[in-house]
Amino acid sequence: MRFIDEFRDGKLATGLAAAIRQAARDDRDYHFMEFCGGHTHAIARYGVTDLLPPSVRLIHGPGCPVCVLPVGRIDMAIRLAREAGVSLCSYGDPLRVPASGGLSLLKAKAALNGKSGGGEIRMLYSGADALALAQQHPERQVVFFAIGFETTTPPTAVLIKQAQALGLRNFSVLCCHVLTPSAIASILESPEVRRWGTLPLDGFIGPAHVSTIIGTRPYEFFADEYRKPVVIAGFEPLDVMQAILMLIKQVNAGRALVENQFSRAVTRAGNRKAQQLVSEVFELRRSFAWRGLGELPYSALRIRREFAEFDAERRFGVDYQAVEDHPACECGAVLRGVKRPQECRIFGSVCTPENPIGSCMVSSEGACAAHYSFGRFADLAVAS
Amino acid sequence: MSGVRQGYVRPLDFKNGVVDMTHGGGGRAMAQLIDELFARRLGNSYLRQGNDGAVMPMPPGRLVMSTDGHVVSPLFFPGGDIGCLSVNGTINDVAVLGATPLYLAAGFILEEGFPLADLARIVDSMASAASAAGVPVVTGDTKVVQKGAGDGVYITTTGVGVVADGDDFSGDRARVGDQIIVSGSIGEHGMAIMAQRESIGFAAQIVSDTAALHGLIAAMRASGAAIRALRDPTRGGVATTLNEIARQSGVGMMLQESAIPVQPEVAAACEFLGLDPLYVANEGKLLAIVAAADADALLAAMRAHPLGVHAAVIGSVHADAHHFVQMTTSFGGRRIVDWLTGEQLPRIC
Repeated sequence: MRFIDEFRDGKLATGLAAAIRQAARDDRDYHFMEFCGGHTHAIARYGVTDLLPPSVRLIHGPGCPVCVLPVGRIDMAIRLAREAGVSLCSYGDPLRVPASGGLSLLKAKAALNGKSGGGEIRMLYSGADALALAQQHPERQVVFFAIGFETTTPPTAVLIKQAQALGLRNFSVLCCHVLTPSAIASILESPEVRRWGTLPLDGFIGPAHVSTIIGTRPYEFFADEYRKPVVIAGFEPLDVMQAILMLIKQVNAGRALVENQFSRAVTRAGNRKAQQLVSEVFELRRSFAWRGLGELPYSALRIRREFAEFDAERRFGVDYQAVEDHPACECGAVLRGVKRPQECRIFGSVCTPENPIGSCMVSSEGACAAHYSFGRFADLAVAS
Repeated sequence: MSGVRQGYVRPLDFKNGVVDMTHGGGGRAMAQLIDELFARRLGNSYLRQGNDGAVMPMPPGRLVMSTDGHVVSPLFFPGGDIGCLSVNGTINDVAVLGATPLYLAAGFILEEGFPLADLARIVDSMASAASAAGVPVVTGDTKVVQKGAGDGVYITTTGVGVVADGDDFSGDRARVGDQIIVSGSIGEHGMAIMAQRESIGFAAQIVSDTAALHGLIAAMRASGAAIRALRDPTRGGVATTLNEIARQSGVGMMLQESAIPVQPEVAAACEFLGLDPLYVANEGKLLAIVAAADADALLAAMRAHPLGVHAAVIGSVHADAHHFVQMTTSFGGRRIVDWLTGEQLPRIC
């Protein structure tokens, strides 16, 4: 497959692996956090760690949109369907995340659907399908459960503008869009990194798709202020390998710069048109609760007052209520990079992809699901 | 022409007619549907006995029986339809146990309003698949459900075959050192269905691999190779089937990703839809576990058969208390090829 196989080539990988072995110094370790779930998935699926020397350790970061969604946000979506009687439209992954009261969107869906007159929960592949549903059913209130980092934000902005242009009175968005730089700042400011040094961190494998929108400039602050190199990398396994080599070279040279491995898609300025669209429709929230990272100031977006009628939170008066995570679930520590999935007490025993307790076991981009599905043989001393 | 004039029978309207509730009611309309549509197309001496069941001769050996419900959507897809799929699928389930498939029974659940023209097309397809395989449909049943209570047509087929004493292909017989062979490129049936459902237009159309495999299996048996287990990797694909065998036999497996045949258009469609071909359904492929010493002979026998031209050794069996199916990726790393989580592709067969 052209333009795909080139980035998964085993021969090139062997060459890069040799270059990494050569570049890595014997007298130190290298701890790099791959920010995105897309990276985590690629690393696990292609077995990238098997090609790295033991001194190079990868730490899974918080960049999985489903994983960082707190329980209270899922609860809001369920309340909209159950209490406000709307057609709640969601992507597939959030449906399986456990919510309060033993519920999930999926369980609420099964209980609701088929009953006449009430709300319903639908799974869809694109927000555009939610807009189409609203057009086809003017008698129903349709709410799109919008989640994700900066990559998915411009399409939501387009939906809201389209709904406005169409004069739709029955379409709104439950906006849970979050911002990447805030999450990186939170990691860097965490006591584990900043004060105690229990989470050694030598650099970041920076976001791929997010950076196509926001560019590489927003990361310069982290490189300057925290002296951590950032290499923006694509989601293919060779991209990740090359980024690791670039990071090792920076660390060895004592540099802390933002470098762009994903130059085939990312520029320093990013996609200005998308940025403008986003700022037209959204504004910063004063504060937003993340799973694992807690309340982070100015870390998420909400819909501007000019588009208030398309804001499900305003239209239906649903408020966020904080909910504690399952007491045994370590998703928070996993998302901060403090624990590896297999260090969670319930990993693979109580919490499995079939019965996820925490969000990191749900999405294929989640660190726990990736490790369980692709990498758990490494914990169990299995013959090769 | 006989001298007797035909009775006053209004023939079925295969052009514009549709299934209605009377076609399942046990009365004249049902008799006519069976007569003009099913018996005429599937015709054989057993079916023509006209009884609620069929009486057939039975060769020596042990009886093998398998049943399979078919609910595929869409009903017609590139490379086949629910008709030939329901014949081939059940023949394969009987054949992978080492048996010679002999007879089929077919149960139809029809939805009120389903076009008779489509039904005729489906039954024609069953008839030609059964005839090509040499396995007649000897008895059947038809029920009709109200509009909205079904989705066009569902077909359940049951197959009967015989297997000689001593021929025991079973998923619990894989042994350390055995080789794993796949009979050809994987994922075609599932992706043909998905491409049709998602309206993905690729330059090269993906065609379902639906086929009856008992001829290939006969050729494999004739090679004399020590075959431990055969299985057709349908729903859940190669990954699921190998996990089943690994668990049954209490062994682990190691696959080589670069050895697994996948057509480029299937790989592209999987990439596009975020699927892994290892988990996509096949309807005309089989996996064989064979003693290492006989792997080359078996592979040669398979490649000499039209349905095994692209057969390949894709991995081997090793000792592993966890029964993992692992894979060396083309990239050079290692990973688990795990059980499928949840439902990847509903209503694929």
